[in-house]
Amino acid sequence: MTEQFKGVKPSRRAFLRGAAAVGGATAIGTSAAAEADPAITQMKPWNQFLGEGVDARPYGMPSKFEAHVRRQDVPWLTADPISSVNFTPLHEMDGIITPNGLCFERHHGGIAEVDPAEHRIMINGLVDRELVFTMEDLMRFPRENHVYFLECAANSGMEWRGAQLNGCQYTHGMIHNVMYTGVPLRLLLEEAGVKTEGKWILPEGADASGMTRSIPMEKALDDCLVAFKMNGEALRPEQGYPVRLVVPGWEGNMWIKWLRRIEVGDQPWHHREETSKYTDLLGDGRARRFTWEMDAKSVITNPSPQAPITHGKGQTVITGVAWSGRGTIPRVDVTIDGGVNWHQARMSGPSMDKSMHRFYYEFDWDGSDLLLQSRAHDSTGYVQPTKDQLRAVRGLNSIYHNNGIQTWFVNSDGVAENVEIS
Amino acid sequence: MSKFLKKSTLTVGGIAAMLVVAFVQETAADQSAPYNLGREALPEEVAAWDIDVRPDGKGLPVGSGDVFTGEEVWIEKCASCHGDFAEGSGRWPVLAGGIGTLASENPVKTIGSYWPYLSTVYDYVNRAMPFGNAQSLTDDEVYALTAYLLYSNDIVDDEFTLSNDNFLEVEMPNTDNFYPDDRVEVEMPLFSVEACMSDCKTDVAITMRAAVVDVTPETDGDAEVEEAAADVEATEEPAAVAEVAVVEVAALDMELVAAGEGAFRQCKSCHQVGDKARNRTGPMLNNIVGNPAGSVEGFRYSGPMEEAAAGGLVWTEEELGAFLTDPRGYMQGTKMTFRGVRKPEDIAGLIEYLKSFEAD
Repeated sequence: MTEQFKGVKPSRRAFLRGAAAVGGATAIGTSAAAEADPAITQMKPWNQFLGEGVDARPYGMPSKFEAHVRRQDVPWLTADPISSVNFTPLHEMDGIITPNGLCFERHHGGIAEVDPAEHRIMINGLVDRELVFTMEDLMRFPRENHVYFLECAANSGMEWRGAQLNGCQYTHGMIHNVMYTGVPLRLLLEEAGVKTEGKWILPEGADASGMTRSIPMEKALDDCLVAFKMNGEALRPEQGYPVRLVVPGWEGNMWIKWLRRIEVGDQPWHHREETSKYTDLLGDGRARRFTWEMDAKSVITNPSPQAPITHGKGQTVITGVAWSGRGTIPRVDVTIDGGVNWHQARMSGPSMDKSMHRFYYEFDWDGSDLLLQSRAHDSTGYVQPTKDQLRAVRGLNSIYHNNGIQTWFVNSDGVAENVEIS
Repeated sequence: MSKFLKKSTLTVGGIAAMLVVAFVQETAADQSAPYNLGREALPEEVAAWDIDVRPDGKGLPVGSGDVFTGEEVWIEKCASCHGDFAEGSGRWPVLAGGIGTLASENPVKTIGSYWPYLSTVYDYVNRAMPFGNAQSLTDDEVYALTAYLLYSNDIVDDEFTLSNDNFLEVEMPNTDNFYPDDRVEVEMPLFSVEACMSDCKTDVAITMRAAVVDVTPETDGDAEVEEAAADVEATEEPAAVAEVAVVEVAALDMELVAAGEGAFRQCKSCHQVGDKARNRTGPMLNNIVGNPAGSVEGFRYSGPMEEAAAGGLVWTEEELGAFLTDPRGYMQGTKMTFRGVRKPEDIAGLIEYLKSFEAD
């Protein structure tokens, strides 16, 4: 009777039906316990005594038993923690939305603590009217809600030369997926009136790095948002409070946090983050620049090195996430034998443009070694390449935009490791 | 008065917006402000924020600076992270050298070997450096530093003076080696082919393992998770350390501490103090005053500092004061390439401030 738990998440009714059935028969794959379970037979404090009242936790936090679920940095990666990065714990999450407190951080001058009352947004340059907006002004424009992933171009960058870090948090955790509320950038630019020679914008942050990136006008007028809410609440300081730019599908560095100014110009600025950094050095010593779009990518989040299989053989759930800067993910394939045979995974949850997608593959594990991979297909027909396919085109020095297929080796004990295979 | 004016324009604007609303998207550039929100920016406001510089020289202020001046500013404000010759220190960026390495196994991407435009150097130094004290340099200092960086990359000689007049004459060696993203043409056709689903390969072998490289932080291990859980449980418990350390703390001069906190800003890009202090480019500085030199756990000191520590050097206020006045004069070979604190009152303040981070 256990098979009705396969494939679909049981509704409460199905769950009760299933439980009754299991109770009635000595089901396949389950065995009677030798002794009564103290989790059932012993009274727990929470069964008996009162808990805290509604005034105890005015801003709710996760259970203390979830204290290990947190962003994590890699100290050797950068000179200091101010201009550095930490990683989203993908292996601890499900669904498609990243909770605000777990969204990875990348700062170049630390977290700016901006007072919204003293924050202004300026539009200057090739416009009919150079304008200044307060946060209150911003809130009077029509708003939109969209779910988008934000991926750092350097996500998986440490893996270009080979398997380095043991955990999908580290290999793939420079990504988050959030619902933004904001004003279409187009409306602000129309308010200022872009002159016909205005072909580029330069958004700038108010932090101590004065972050800037050049963005072509076509994108600025297409789907960029000037966002002030994430997942329904104010942006977190580390995500650009009180206002950040959202540049759907494009590399995270362009999503200027603490946005204070947008300049309109007739050519790109070639600032530090689009020359010295975020350019892709290829094998011949030349470099691609303006590599804005994020290629389709996926990763199995469970099992993975930080989330081994602990239950032994039998019914096993593989799950992961997939995304593309060019559209949706209609399909993900999963292999458990290192790519000899592939199975189409089951997609679950909303499928939105330039948003993260969730997939599952359930199977009956016989306890033998596994080589797990996932392969995303995006709505343009692009199929996520292997790392070796990428290296054949780009060489080993690219750092950015590594969207190659990830492999986890799982041994018979369920322990998982980051590996590369032939 | 101005309020009334604003209100009336808003009403007119509102009507105008209603009239044109259907055409706004197509013809916005020619229309008046559709929502009539915000206000016009004043020229001095735009000037205060618009400091960006482009490859064609747009945005460069009038000014100049020579290599020699640049070196002086460099040693004082930049060398502690980037090295005396822009060769980098620790994991801070290397800014000079690397020419001819871009196609090699270990490319060194510096201003000389990689950066396509000199304007990027000026813009970035001006907007974001020194790290921890952004936009504190004068225009001439930025020109001088830019000149020094060109000199350390062998692009100009030591007599060179850079100014807004000759800025565009400087040629960067790697300008022509960048080209626009061509993934759509080069990679998409390659990777947009039907995927094999069964019997796709004959054999599979593991070729590389992360466990062999072993660079994953241990902090995510079980020990730390348990520790974190324990932390949650034990928040009510007094810290065990408090019982051990019954140190007599002399009363601090709080005014001096406050002055020292200000002076400490110049130290912050390398040193941390307080509860969460960690070693960074320099050691964390809790419990420094009155304690043996070279003894912060986990920090790799220079040879000379280790020798001094072995010789019994203690950071008394006198010794620390002498060190801070002229670090490299006091101890040749110290990792602290900071030029030194010039004002005696700043040194007194710094020491008092550091004393406020002693165990109590």
